[in-house]
Amino acid sequence: MLPFLLRRVGVMILTALTLSFVVFCLTNLAPNLEKLARTEGSVRMSDEAVDSWIINNGHGGLMITRYGQWLGVVPGWTRTDDKGVTRGRCITEGVTAEEAPRFCGILQGDWGTSTVFREPVAKTISDKLASTGWLMLWVMLVMVPVSLIIGVMSGMREGSRTDRVLSTFAIATTATPEYVSGVILVVIFASATTGISPLLAEWGWIDGRTLFLGTATSAIDQITFWNFALPVMTIALYGIGYIARMTRASMTEVMTQQYIRTARLKGVAFHQVILKHALRNALIAPFTVIMLQFPWLLNGVVIVETLFNYKGFGWTLVQAAGNNDIQLLLACSVVAVFVVLVTQLISDIGYVFLNPRIRLS
Amino acid sequence: MTDWDPSKPILEIENLSISFFTRAREIPAVMDFSCTVMPGESMGLVGESGCGKSTVALAVMRDLGTNGRITSGSIKFKGRDLTHMTEEELRHIRGSEIAMIYQEPMASLNPAMRVGDQLAEVPMIHQGMTRDAALKLARQIIADVRLPDPDRILRAYPHQLSGGQQQRIVIAMALMAKPALLILDEPTTALDVTVEAGIVDLVKDLGTKYGTSMLFISHNLGLILDVCDRLCVMYSGEAVETGNVVEVFDKMRHPYTQALFRSIPLPGADKNSSPLIAIPGNFPLPHERPKGCNFGPRCDYFRDGLCNAGEVPMDAVPGHDRHATRCLRWREIDWDAPPKVGKVTEKLPRGRLVLKMEDLRKYYEVSAGAFGGGAEKVVKANESLSFEAHENETLAIVGESGCGKSTFAKVLMGLETATSGSIMLFDENVQDTPIQARNTDTVSKLQMVFQNPFDTLNPSMSVGRQIIRALEIFQKGSSDAERSDMMLNLLDMVKLPRAFAERMPRQLSGGQKQRVGIARAFAGGAKVVVADEPVSALDVSVQAAVTDLLMDIQRENHTTLLFISHDLSIVRYLSDRVMVMYLGHVVELGTTDQVFAPPYHPYTEALLSAVPIADTRVKKRRIVLEGDIPSAMNPPPGCPFQTRCRWKTRVPGNLCDTVLPPVQVLAGGHQIKCHLSTEELAAMEPVISMAAE
Repeated sequence: MLPFLLRRVGVMILTALTLSFVVFCLTNLAPNLEKLARTEGSVRMSDEAVDSWIINNGHGGLMITRYGQWLGVVPGWTRTDDKGVTRGRCITEGVTAEEAPRFCGILQGDWGTSTVFREPVAKTISDKLASTGWLMLWVMLVMVPVSLIIGVMSGMREGSRTDRVLSTFAIATTATPEYVSGVILVVIFASATTGISPLLAEWGWIDGRTLFLGTATSAIDQITFWNFALPVMTIALYGIGYIARMTRASMTEVMTQQYIRTARLKGVAFHQVILKHALRNALIAPFTVIMLQFPWLLNGVVIVETLFNYKGFGWTLVQAAGNNDIQLLLACSVVAVFVVLVTQLISDIGYVFLNPRIRLS
Repeated sequence: MTDWDPSKPILEIENLSISFFTRAREIPAVMDFSCTVMPGESMGLVGESGCGKSTVALAVMRDLGTNGRITSGSIKFKGRDLTHMTEEELRHIRGSEIAMIYQEPMASLNPAMRVGDQLAEVPMIHQGMTRDAALKLARQIIADVRLPDPDRILRAYPHQLSGGQQQRIVIAMALMAKPALLILDEPTTALDVTVEAGIVDLVKDLGTKYGTSMLFISHNLGLILDVCDRLCVMYSGEAVETGNVVEVFDKMRHPYTQALFRSIPLPGADKNSSPLIAIPGNFPLPHERPKGCNFGPRCDYFRDGLCNAGEVPMDAVPGHDRHATRCLRWREIDWDAPPKVGKVTEKLPRGRLVLKMEDLRKYYEVSAGAFGGGAEKVVKANESLSFEAHENETLAIVGESGCGKSTFAKVLMGLETATSGSIMLFDENVQDTPIQARNTDTVSKLQMVFQNPFDTLNPSMSVGRQIIRALEIFQKGSSDAERSDMMLNLLDMVKLPRAFAERMPRQLSGGQKQRVGIARAFAGGAKVVVADEPVSALDVSVQAAVTDLLMDIQRENHTTLLFISHDLSIVRYLSDRVMVMYLGHVVELGTTDQVFAPPYHPYTEALLSAVPIADTRVKKRRIVLEGDIPSAMNPPPGCPFQTRCRWKTRVPGNLCDTVLPPVQVLAGGHQIKCHLSTEELAAMEPVISMAAE
């Protein structure tokens, strides 16, 4: 087990380095830097001034050395200008050039400063990630059990009425992207003029003007059912359909296996056949799919957080990209890469435990 | 079940009809089937694939799936009609009163559950036993089915056991609740013969020990003779003959039963003097059954206006023990008349040397861990193979799975290259030349007929096109028209109608597909043909026809046939020389007569003893090998067979444990790789003997 884990971690680190380098290159392309210079310096700078700003702020030189600096394996840049003031990557306010450390990259825990939020990137990311963590947690808590139940129920008797109804629901939800289902949900449940809210308000069943809140901004401070249900449902719905389809396919296949017949002809009751014999075998395939949903959730939250104005990781990513906040964008990408790789590792290990035929030697 | 009288039948099936309903039509699978099983009796159901024997078994379990239905008749178990029971009542009978053993043990065990849990489940459901008590019982039953180290097996997952062990677990599972009736659906078809012999012995002993009645389904008549007291022969959904095993075997009263016996190679059959008689025609599809007698169109005794007039009822044969036949003419037929002997042919003289292998070795290197890494291990698939094959000769290569016979075929064909040694094909050395590098001439001279005709034809290409494609590759014929002519001639050669050229493979039966496979192999005028179990996937009546076809083509083309098989009956029938392999070694090599008569190699002796023979006159010495074939990854030191050999004690010292036996050459060039002294070998008694008539 240990050599396997070490090898996997090695591969993960390599992948993370490669991917972050690619993102680094893309975010540090010349036009991006020029835009950065004009926003940070002055919009009306001449082209020469832009070039010197870029060089003076350490964005000149080879891409690979800049990447090394960002990573923290190459000493940070320093530059002494005409007035004898030394500035550098690692020289922050209140620190003299002599006291400053030589290396300051993400390996040293220095993620840079966000140009949008005017605060260290590390703080932004950790705050926002925590908010998104709550969203993802609730999505998973809703999505996984519901989709597995739907998948197992429709797969255990293929072609039955239950199967057809549930399959139709699953196909419908997975065919609706979040930006459509989100809008539909808002229209039905969270609009003061359309959907069911005006009716309920008229009957006096609800106190406010809408049943659910159309924005999740307040959920940052306090999560309630009314402000969080719609964003959670929007993300979960899509995943429910997808995982349910996977589970159903795997379940129908398992139900035709001979060992299910063996169990049935042993006199095992139908619900026991499902729970004891079919379920574990049927969950092997969907398990990988569920783990793949985590990175995909990061993508889903971009749309939903923007739609419901929930200031989490997805919203931050949009802000960073929209405002050319290079450091923040880089950090977001690294986090995304990390989430993908870790969930894949968990998925592989879990697979081994579910499937006794694949045991590590 | 207190009101049940043990002198009454345990299972009574009366006029049972089963149909499967599809959108298009109702397909009758079983019609008017009756049979009775008394307590302690074992009943055999025998017939070719598609005759409905498994459907009967599943009907007894009332597990016909969503579209199968019992349309009429009754199945009485201990006097209670199963056809009218509710699911809940059935559930109490399944597993506790009636248990089933299946064809594929690996597929029948839950891969994600420990063996112990799967076994313990049965008494926990039916007797409300606690888990601990159930596991204890499971441990005891595992010991009963003669598996070593029960504690380890209880904790094992099915994939950690060998095929034979898995089947013993399935049997143990069936015995957990001490059922009154055991249904065995082809329980040994997926297993090797020596393993099969062990399982058959076990089933017979357990039947006696627990007094269980059995319904034993098989296509193998020899096995039925070994295990059963009574049998029921089925053909196309109907029981055609039923009775005491010995009576049906010796005094059959239905033409189908007779034809079946004539088409299987029994000792005494010979490809030249008394060839097998194949049943003409094809098995009728369920919706294309003829009027009247289903066997009519293929029957030698068919009489128009009588046999195809109306339903044929079962007719009791007086004076016999509950013997009945579904034939209208059984009183008129002279059952003792010898079969019309087909064409008797001369044995071909042995021609020039065609193929010579010398000291061929093939090793594979495999890594041990599932995720890579670990120590490299070497699988010795073939060890020092040496033999010669001549023109006109059929050389059979016999051995159980894992003995290296398929690796040998791959190396010969050039799909793999040998690790060392030489292969001389005519005067050309081919051992290092993979098939891509061989020239067209060599490739077309050396061809192969494959085991499974269902997978080896391209499903989206017409039969004619596939043969023409082979001709193109072999660079035969100068124009499309010429090749088309050659293709039609090839179809004539394999006795398929020329109209079949336009057909797609899915429209052909298994036997017909195999004929196409043979036509393709001979398209380039092959001189050496490797036939890898060419008939093992086919039904017995078709086997005879395909075997005869191969023989005919061989006579015409003077082909050298390398016949790879595990079926010793067919090997004895058609081969001139036999090579017996075990764990990559050739343990015995000689003419058919030499190999099938003493002195034997101890493995050959066990192999011969394990093969069930469907002849009541044959007396066999029973030699059951203990344990499984050792893994080729970790072969025993010294003699490869020493772990299972019953002669080992006769060899002085620990020679068998340490030294690989030398090849002893006996009279007539008969080779045996064994430490036994010449005297010991000469004193061996024959395994099979014919009782005096």
